Amino acid sequence: MNALITTAVFGIILMFVGLVVKQRQYIKYVAIAGTVLAFIANLLDAQSGYGVLHGMVEVSSFSVLFNAVAIAATALYFLLCGSAFEKVGEDVADYFALIFFILAGIMLTGAYSNLLMLFLAIEIISIPQYILAGADKKNLKSNEASLKYFLMGSFTTGILLMGIALVYGATGTFDIREMGLGTGELSPLALCGITLLGFSLAFKVSAAPFHFWTPDVYDGSPTVFTAFMATIVKAASFIAFMRLFHVSFSGGNVSGHWQLILAIITAATLILGNLTAVFQQSVKRMLAYSSIAQAGFMLFAIVSHNEMANQGLILYSAAYSVATIGVFAILLKLNDYTFDGFNGLARRQPLVAVVCAIFLFSLAGIPLTAGFFAKYFVLSAAIQQGDLLWLVIIGVLCAAVSAYYYFRVIIAMYFKPGEADAEGVTPGFKALLVIAAAIVIVLGIFPNLLLQYL
Amino acid sequence: MLTVLLILIPLVTGLITFGLSGRGAKVLSLVSSLATLAVALAAWSQFRTAPEALSFTAEWIPQLNSQLNFGLDGLSLMLVLLTTISFPLIFITVFSRNYEKAGAFYGLMLLSQAGMLGVFLTYDALLFYVFWELALIPVYFLCSMWGGEKAIPVTFKFFVYTFAGSLLMLVGIIYIYFQTEGSFSWQAFTSLSLSNSEQSWLFWLFFVAFAIKMPVFPFHTWQPDTYEQSPTAVTMVLSGIMVKMGLFGVMRWLMPVLPQGAYMWQEAAILLSVIGIIYASCIAIMQSDLKKLIAYSSIAHIGLMSAAIFANNEQSLAGVQVQMFNHGINIIGLWIIIEVIEQRLGTKNMQQLGGIAAVAPKLSILLVIISLANIALPLTNGFIGEFLMFSGLFQHNVWFAAVSAIAIILAAVYMLRMLQKVLFGEANALTSTTSDLKGGEMLALVCITAMIFVLGFYPKPLLELVSGSGIQNTVAALTGR
Repeated sequence: MNALITTAVFGIILMFVGLVVKQRQYIKYVAIAGTVLAFIANLLDAQSGYGVLHGMVEVSSFSVLFNAVAIAATALYFLLCGSAFEKVGEDVADYFALIFFILAGIMLTGAYSNLLMLFLAIEIISIPQYILAGADKKNLKSNEASLKYFLMGSFTTGILLMGIALVYGATGTFDIREMGLGTGELSPLALCGITLLGFSLAFKVSAAPFHFWTPDVYDGSPTVFTAFMATIVKAASFIAFMRLFHVSFSGGNVSGHWQLILAIITAATLILGNLTAVFQQSVKRMLAYSSIAQAGFMLFAIVSHNEMANQGLILYSAAYSVATIGVFAILLKLNDYTFDGFNGLARRQPLVAVVCAIFLFSLAGIPLTAGFFAKYFVLSAAIQQGDLLWLVIIGVLCAAVSAYYYFRVIIAMYFKPGEADAEGVTPGFKALLVIAAAIVIVLGIFPNLLLQYL
Repeated sequence: MLTVLLILIPLVTGLITFGLSGRGAKVLSLVSSLATLAVALAAWSQFRTAPEALSFTAEWIPQLNSQLNFGLDGLSLMLVLLTTISFPLIFITVFSRNYEKAGAFYGLMLLSQAGMLGVFLTYDALLFYVFWELALIPVYFLCSMWGGEKAIPVTFKFFVYTFAGSLLMLVGIIYIYFQTEGSFSWQAFTSLSLSNSEQSWLFWLFFVAFAIKMPVFPFHTWQPDTYEQSPTAVTMVLSGIMVKMGLFGVMRWLMPVLPQGAYMWQEAAILLSVIGIIYASCIAIMQSDLKKLIAYSSIAHIGLMSAAIFANNEQSLAGVQVQMFNHGINIIGLWIIIEVIEQRLGTKNMQQLGGIAAVAPKLSILLVIISLANIALPLTNGFIGEFLMFSGLFQHNVWFAAVSAIAIILAAVYMLRMLQKVLFGEANALTSTTSDLKGGEMLALVCITAMIFVLGFYPKPLLELVSGSGIQNTVAALTGR
């Protein structure tokens, strides 16, 4: 709860900072300070651990750990991409403020214990994103992205509300722990509700066939905001998704009703995301599709409800966020977002290329990077669940396909002649990249450094 | 501790080498490979007296109960020796060459050595997978950066193939892990009794991974192109050692863990291998490119080893293990000579060669010896292994043995044809300028020839090594159920 308040308050503070601070490049330091304070506040939450707001929010070790991952990833994001905010438009402080409001929503996703709070969390996350997607006001693609995202998002929100209403009608409660759907026969009302909730959340995490908005929105939005939307926000939506389905809709005979649907959605997401990513010509669009592909892997954690799925999703959030933010940070420094834009980067910027390769290894799931254990845990969860082996085989074959498009970037950097033009790669930026790569490798060798807090 | 040192030395020196350039990188990697060889020899001597002292266990990921678990038996010791002998030979051969970005080249070579040694030494399935991939990634970069014109797409195919196979194996590993009491150890895996239907499909998850690595028909398509396009030093690593990872995987992980599965699909696996033997031998006869010829001959030889493994009797298994070592030595010898010819003359097309015997007698004599060892002439090292394998295969099924024995004749055809085209006949304008072997090349080849004769006359040390614990473990595990 402390973390939630801190992030919300900092959002408001940052709105006013824009009035006071005229040197725009200093605003990001205020934002970074905000993440540090939020991180500390979050640690204080771990001490108290109880239900607040009349039991509508419940602080647990899981929520604290996920919040810590999300805040730390945001801090890394500010550090690596913060200066790119200034290129988007005039209202730098407002952008930071909006990110903090999103973060406040994210703080709720791991801790809500009431469907109303879920609704609030999803909306708090979504509305600032609609604005950020259109932040580049002069760019037509950005406007289109914003409008598209807003219309589709609002539509989904309606479905979400409908689902909540139906589940409430069937169970008589908003509390996710008291629904008691695990025992006895399921009413058709509850089934419709669960299906609608599943579809709306599948939209939020861009699972196929609800993924069509993703490439256009990610491609149209200013790249620096795409980096945030595709990583931390995505992970948070997954946490919300998992919490609802594992707490309310599992156990007894209820999971049988949605598991197959979700398994099919997972398979479709994996296949569509990976195969379409292969044909992209721009790295930014490739990353958009890769985020769909990675969503497919995170869906494994939702389809299989066991301890390993929890661990897997936390690890996945961390591994995927750090690696993707890293790649986006490097992409932001390049003038050309196509694969050819990376040509010859290894010669011009050897360190940046090595780090980028490590991030891509992690995304592809090569051992000794965090991405490997992330994939390992979610796949293990599915195998432990039983009956899902077909899905796991599809998953690993898709992982092999994903190596194709991630390695295209590596091939461009190392083996293609060219003069990749990277601007403003300062020693400080390099040092941050090295730290991010170190996190990827350390988590790849000792994943329990993170999981022991669960 | 010796087992840990075997992995640590190339790993640490490899990372250091990245920071060096030119001569420093060369010297350090040579020193490192010699040091690893010394440790391997020390491990061998300890293995004779107190093999238990070679095992090492430490915590790695407590949540998963995965351990850093290393140990040696006869099979792995033999492969460790092969690896540690090969690397100094490779480094000596290419010592006079100046690679672009030498630091990265030698660093990656040493990292791949660390990965391969890890594969041979570990008794933890998760760690096995990690090392399996660790050996692959450096080789991918080595082939792509220092390879031929078409190296990038070719190695990419190699990488995606191998990666897909490994991932399937990972699924198998995770599945078996959940059937145990939550342990990745080899002991836990092998003491498990999985049902027949489980073993039946698990077999394919593992087999495909290993078959791609070996490579067995029809999973071989990446291999000839990759061998041809890779820099020769890397081809030596790939064909001399890395293919043995696939054979080793079958012997260490597939057969002991899934004996019923292996039994059920035995004939299918042998059939694929035998098809590969004949098919690759026939294609080898048609080749005019030296590297492709050796690549296809390698598919045929490995196919025979794979068939012999699945024939699964004492003789065939002993033959495979002996042959793994000898094939590694011989094929590295062949690559060294091809490297010399390519360096000197700028071609590896047999049509453009000829008459080298007159101008480079030392090279020619050594090439003849190594080629004859490759055909498995008696009194060379290749003979004993092939004899045991054929005899084992014969016990299993006469027809398989008879068909695959045609490969001996075919091997004689393509190897002798190669000798004739390269060494004899009239020297042309190009080949008459050939100079004979020089320092490092000579040293490496003489070492290899010495091993060919010593192990050909006196294969006992090698046979003793592999007929010790390794094979008996495997056989005991197989017949125990």
